[in-house]
Amino acid sequence: MKKSIWSWLALLFGIIYFGLPLLGTLEFSLKMRRGEYSMDAYLAVLNDPQFRATFGYSVMMALFTIMLGILIVVPTAYWVQLRFRKLRPFIEFITLLPLVIPPIVVVFGYIRLYNTSSFLPLTGSATGTNILLMFGYATLSLPYMYRAVDTGLRAIDVATLTEAAESLGAGWLTTMTRIIVPNVLVAILSGAFLTFAIVIGEFVMAALLNRPAFGPYLQIMGANRAYEPAALAVIAFAITWACMGLIQLVTRFQKHTRIVR
Amino acid sequence: MTDTTIFPAKKSRSWAWLGIAPFIIFAVMFLILPTMHIIVGAFQNQQGEFTFQNIRNLFQPSIMASYWISIRISVASAFFGCVIGFAIAASVTLGGLPKAIRSPLMTFSGVASNFAGVPLSFAFIATLGRLGLVTVLLRDWFGVNIYALGFNLYSFLGLTLTYLFFQIPLMVLIVTPALDGLKREWKEAAQILGASSFQYWRMVAVPILWPTLLGTFALLFANAFGAVATAYALTGSSLSIVPILLFAQIRGDVLQDPHLGYALAFGMIAITGIANSIYIWMRTRAERWMK
Repeated sequence: MKKSIWSWLALLFGIIYFGLPLLGTLEFSLKMRRGEYSMDAYLAVLNDPQFRATFGYSVMMALFTIMLGILIVVPTAYWVQLRFRKLRPFIEFITLLPLVIPPIVVVFGYIRLYNTSSFLPLTGSATGTNILLMFGYATLSLPYMYRAVDTGLRAIDVATLTEAAESLGAGWLTTMTRIIVPNVLVAILSGAFLTFAIVIGEFVMAALLNRPAFGPYLQIMGANRAYEPAALAVIAFAITWACMGLIQLVTRFQKHTRIVR
Repeated sequence: MTDTTIFPAKKSRSWAWLGIAPFIIFAVMFLILPTMHIIVGAFQNQQGEFTFQNIRNLFQPSIMASYWISIRISVASAFFGCVIGFAIAASVTLGGLPKAIRSPLMTFSGVASNFAGVPLSFAFIATLGRLGLVTVLLRDWFGVNIYALGFNLYSFLGLTLTYLFFQIPLMVLIVTPALDGLKREWKEAAQILGASSFQYWRMVAVPILWPTLLGTFALLFANAFGAVATAYALTGSSLSIVPILLFAQIRGDVLQDPHLGYALAFGMIAITGIANSIYIWMRTRAERWMK
């Protein structure tokens, strides 16, 4: 009996600590009009052309990063599972490196390595910098993407599926796109939603590469406005929540199809 | 005859390597080379000769102060993240709370551990800033002005409180499976041998959980040490922690020595590298019990 009182206290503490900032932000975001609650801060944000431009830019970057991530991670994880099992610890180590090396150090390296006087002057043009930022985001999401896809591949019999496909005359590309990818689609989607959540809010890389992304826009708004940042925080929290919710949803969907089968 | 058997094998091997070549090229170009460039630069002078002078230059009071406050914030937020996260995870797994709480708690932890960066700092300004909800309520209801009492969100305490918002959920996510791994039999065996609840925890549960706890502490430490966006959006450049100093150095060479900037970044890699190595090492030790 005494034990569960302590448990309730711990939970209550958690609810207060995590609830208050969310409540505080929501309340603050509604206070723009003096004396009454209103959606003014949200309207101001949504009507801000800068918001639309930067948010659109980050959504585009997120989609490109997801595509790049899938192109890099899925074939690699597949090959490692099928042919290079001995290389797995090595590949896994590389995919965990972005968690070890702070992003600010990675982007510092980019700026010095790919500047205008280097062998690959990516920072010399806007398109080049966008490509560099996309690769940067791909490294940030690499640990999550790889772990998701690798777990998905371990759950299916890659060797048998590949052999079956090959004996029916499928080429490498057909095996990949019509057999492997549909089988690990849920894992890919989980990785994709997490990548989306990471890229949308990312600040350091975009700021240091001087790209007009959503993260730097948030920071500038925070430094110059009072009520809009709270509204933006609510929007950002909703996006994170939506991404996590979608991951849960697709995972549940997969469990369901498995039971039926 | 030997020729025909060797040839196809060789051919298939060379093809197979191509499968992971894009990944290797990507990792080398956008992860390993940039990092190596910084590390090598930390041990070179302006003329490109090998030197330890940049590392030695790190030991000047202003830079040491940056490292020190960064380490203090990371240790404090990792420690309280571990303690509070453990308390919450333990109360849900072992403390007899309704099972229905568990799933929402894990989902929320997944969201909150990813809710870092600029929006998180906004949330805390709206809550504990000078006009924040809690600040105002404490003033209006209880007559307590926390800012008059010396509290400041843009300080060591404020930053630690803010970091806990992503540290605690991360601890909950990692330690809940470990607590689930504590087998009922161990507790029953201990009780049959006459152990009290305290003795069970001290002599059985904590030694088993120890690698997980220590490893997670190291992970949370590295997590806080590398965080830039939250701190930058919260404090601007008023609190000179290492990532913010590095941010300013990359933007405008505030140290007026590019190679000292490399050394500063190298120091960050070294610290987060050690912390993460401890985490990975401890995790492999913890997995022995998770069978």
